[in-house]
Amino acid sequence: MAVLQSSPHTPPQNSVSNMMVAVLYALIPGTLVYLYFFGWGTIINMLIALLTAVACEALMLKLRQRPLRPFLMDGSALVTAVLLALALPTLAPWWLTVIGTAFGIIIAKHLYGGLGYNPFNPAMVGYAMLLISFPREMTAWLPSGIEDFTFLDSLRYTLFEVLPHGRDYDSITMATPLDLVKTQLGLDHTMEEIIGNSRGLFQQAWGWINLMFLFGGILLIYMKVIGWRIPLAILVSLFVISTLFAIPDPDLRPSPWFHLFSGATMLGAFFIATDPVTAATTPRGQFIYGCGIGILLYVIRTWGGYPDGVAFAVLLMNMAVPTIDYYTQPRVFGEERD
Amino acid sequence: MNSPAYRQIINEGLWSNNPALVQILGLCPLLAVSNTVLNGLGLGLATTLTLVASNAVVSLIRRWVRPEIRIPVFVMIIASVVTVIELMMNAWFHELYLILGIFIPLIVTNCTIIARAESFASKNALIPSVADGLFMGLGFTLVLLLLGTMREAIGFGTLLSHAELVFGPGGKALTITLWEHYRGYLLAILPPGAFLGLGFIIAIKNSIDRKRTRKTQSVSVAQPEVANG
Repeated sequence: MAVLQSSPHTPPQNSVSNMMVAVLYALIPGTLVYLYFFGWGTIINMLIALLTAVACEALMLKLRQRPLRPFLMDGSALVTAVLLALALPTLAPWWLTVIGTAFGIIIAKHLYGGLGYNPFNPAMVGYAMLLISFPREMTAWLPSGIEDFTFLDSLRYTLFEVLPHGRDYDSITMATPLDLVKTQLGLDHTMEEIIGNSRGLFQQAWGWINLMFLFGGILLIYMKVIGWRIPLAILVSLFVISTLFAIPDPDLRPSPWFHLFSGATMLGAFFIATDPVTAATTPRGQFIYGCGIGILLYVIRTWGGYPDGVAFAVLLMNMAVPTIDYYTQPRVFGEERD
Repeated sequence: MNSPAYRQIINEGLWSNNPALVQILGLCPLLAVSNTVLNGLGLGLATTLTLVASNAVVSLIRRWVRPEIRIPVFVMIIASVVTVIELMMNAWFHELYLILGIFIPLIVTNCTIIARAESFASKNALIPSVADGLFMGLGFTLVLLLLGTMREAIGFGTLLSHAELVFGPGGKALTITLWEHYRGYLLAILPPGAFLGLGFIIAIKNSIDRKRTRKTQSVSVAQPEVANG
């Protein structure tokens, strides 16, 4: 005899863990580009972050007396760890990754009630905390195309902070393009001079990384893991506002393409801002949320104290999400328009 | 007043009605000045002194103040006491005075002080009021010290730095360096560190309380069985 069930009659296509696994797969092309341009650092960071995330998640679940298996298997902690590792500089000492991941999982996620209750993106809370606390360590980007920096060199630096013989800290780290543009503009150089003087390969690396995250992100939209509204709103608003400022002043303002394809723009737009827990949920709200991130991103990059602003922009808009959702509730069918 | 009442005053001030952990009052100075042990100690003692003096004065004049105007009267008493303490600190602990800066005059706005004047000193005799002020102040100071210890140890890797400001030139020997070559953890020094630290202290206190009540409950449940047996 048929059992009469209440709706919904079609089972949901995406469980939490399926979604998280899809996100992890979509991050692979971008990660490979990291590996190609910056060496093994990011992979090592990722492994450390993953181990820390699983350990912290298990510890907090045990302390909070929650079942271990379902929550550990949903993969959300893994996504947090991978996103944070991708945001960290390639030459991060192990404790930096451990502190950032532990802070994200323990304080930003579990102290707020665990998956589904955290108002702020855990990976970005960890990143912002590290950026504020350890500004020097957070800028240690290896220049791209550095060939004689092997896996063992990376590992040795990560574990013991020892550099290969004959190299010092300044010779193996380099400003990211966003950082470079910011300091050079501050020294009254024009955009043309800056791009002419900096090594082309460097910009190329970040362009490729962003392109690959764009590819992974579009894949996620195609697979219906994330919605298209938030990424589109971020990219369009960033493009529009940077065009508005770049047209009258091309010597002093980087082009919109530079903004779209450097730093963490694509990673932020497709993978970080779209976190289903911390993003806006109503369709109109998602546009507002995305536009807010895009505009804040430009404001922080241009006038703020830090070269990139994805983390702060996302966290600030996370804070606005309850208000946005409250005021953009869709009209219930049959209810009168006011 | 008999002694159990004093025991209650002590217990309330230090634990069960602690101004910082239970009443959550005076957060502005608590969060702003607790970045080192010495700052916490300095502000805690200044607040304690203010509490004792204002409670004493309020208790003495409680029969002559009309209820309609009691709050302005209390505020003026507290403001005068704080002014006196500020001048004294300026004279005797000038360096500490410079570090604590605006937070000494701001003791006036610490809600704990007016709360104790209103809820305790204006209804009780002189000696219990002084005791209440003393133990509420000590409770506040202890939380400041604990928070200061946590933040200084994690943030700078030292304890009791600048001890010479309070204990004279000999105090320099009191400074303890916990970790050599410590890089510092800026978050603990910045305001978020204060909020997180206070949150953890309150959580620890609540969990201790909960464990205690559970224990007493299980004892009271167990007792009848013993009596029956």
